[in-house]
Amino acid sequence: MIDFGEILLKYNAIVTVFLMVTSLYIVIAKGNMIKKLVGLSLFQTSVYLLYLSPAKIVGGTAPIIADAIMVYSNPLPHVLILTAIVVGVATLALGLALVVRIQDAYGTIEEDEIFRAEGDA
Amino acid sequence: MEILVDAVLLTLLVVITLAILFQRNLFAVVLLAGAYSFLMASIMLVLDAVDVAMTEAAVGAGISTALFLATLYLTHGKEYLQPNFKFQSILVVVLAGGMLIWGMWDMPEFGVMQAPLHENTAPGYLDASKNHLMPPNVVTAVLADYRSFDTLGETTVIFTAGIGVLLILRGRKKPKKSKNKAENSHET
Repeated sequence: MIDFGEILLKYNAIVTVFLMVTSLYIVIAKGNMIKKLVGLSLFQTSVYLLYLSPAKIVGGTAPIIADAIMVYSNPLPHVLILTAIVVGVATLALGLALVVRIQDAYGTIEEDEIFRAEGDA
Repeated sequence: MEILVDAVLLTLLVVITLAILFQRNLFAVVLLAGAYSFLMASIMLVLDAVDVAMTEAAVGAGISTALFLATLYLTHGKEYLQPNFKFQSILVVVLAGGMLIWGMWDMPEFGVMQAPLHENTAPGYLDASKNHLMPPNVVTAVLADYRSFDTLGETTVIFTAGIGVLLILRGRKKPKKSKNKAENSHET
């Protein structure tokens, strides 16, 4: 008998792992470079989920101090992820600029065609 | 109730990820990634990370999508079908996923207050922002007051990436699309 309550409590972790695995597959197996970068940003986002899920306290509120509230969710992962989002978009911009240059140089952004043009596929 | 809303949104996230995996029109892939970011922002809202949700909606769904669309304009809009089925990558991915599940299985349960994460550093910051007359938003207090040198480092990273993009795109030869090039680097 499957315990649905336990699955619901572990659902965040399960979905996080599924998103990580799927986006890792997109990065490894897909040959198109824009698709690879989409996969990379999905992977980053699943890492945000990995950090934010344990920070939540059921029944707590957002960490904004008010007199009537006793329980707050943990603010420290939020701070870390706020930094990670901005760094993520910086690396994404750099990667996309490289994709544009690859398109200029080879006329394609498919990995196997570039390897063929280089002659070592 | 919170757990239930969270579960429904997470399921939608899985559906969108699968759609991104199988969709081969890159325009659709980029727009699905934008929808994914908005959905992720809603999940962050449910997880009480309001500041992160706002940043994700602005940066993940806004700036990233704009950058992807600008790149798409300069390249092809279609991903080719790859004939060879990549068995090795599936093997690697399943192994990694299995290890992740194995490692995460005995983590504290979702939303429990007695988890070690909530008992050590965080209460100190919560009390300190109350007692030191910091901004009532604790995330702001930590980010901009207690750990503001981290934020300085973060702006250095953005500055470096901006310089990198400018240097990479500077030597492009096609003069007819130079207008779009300037737009692309400006958004960074």
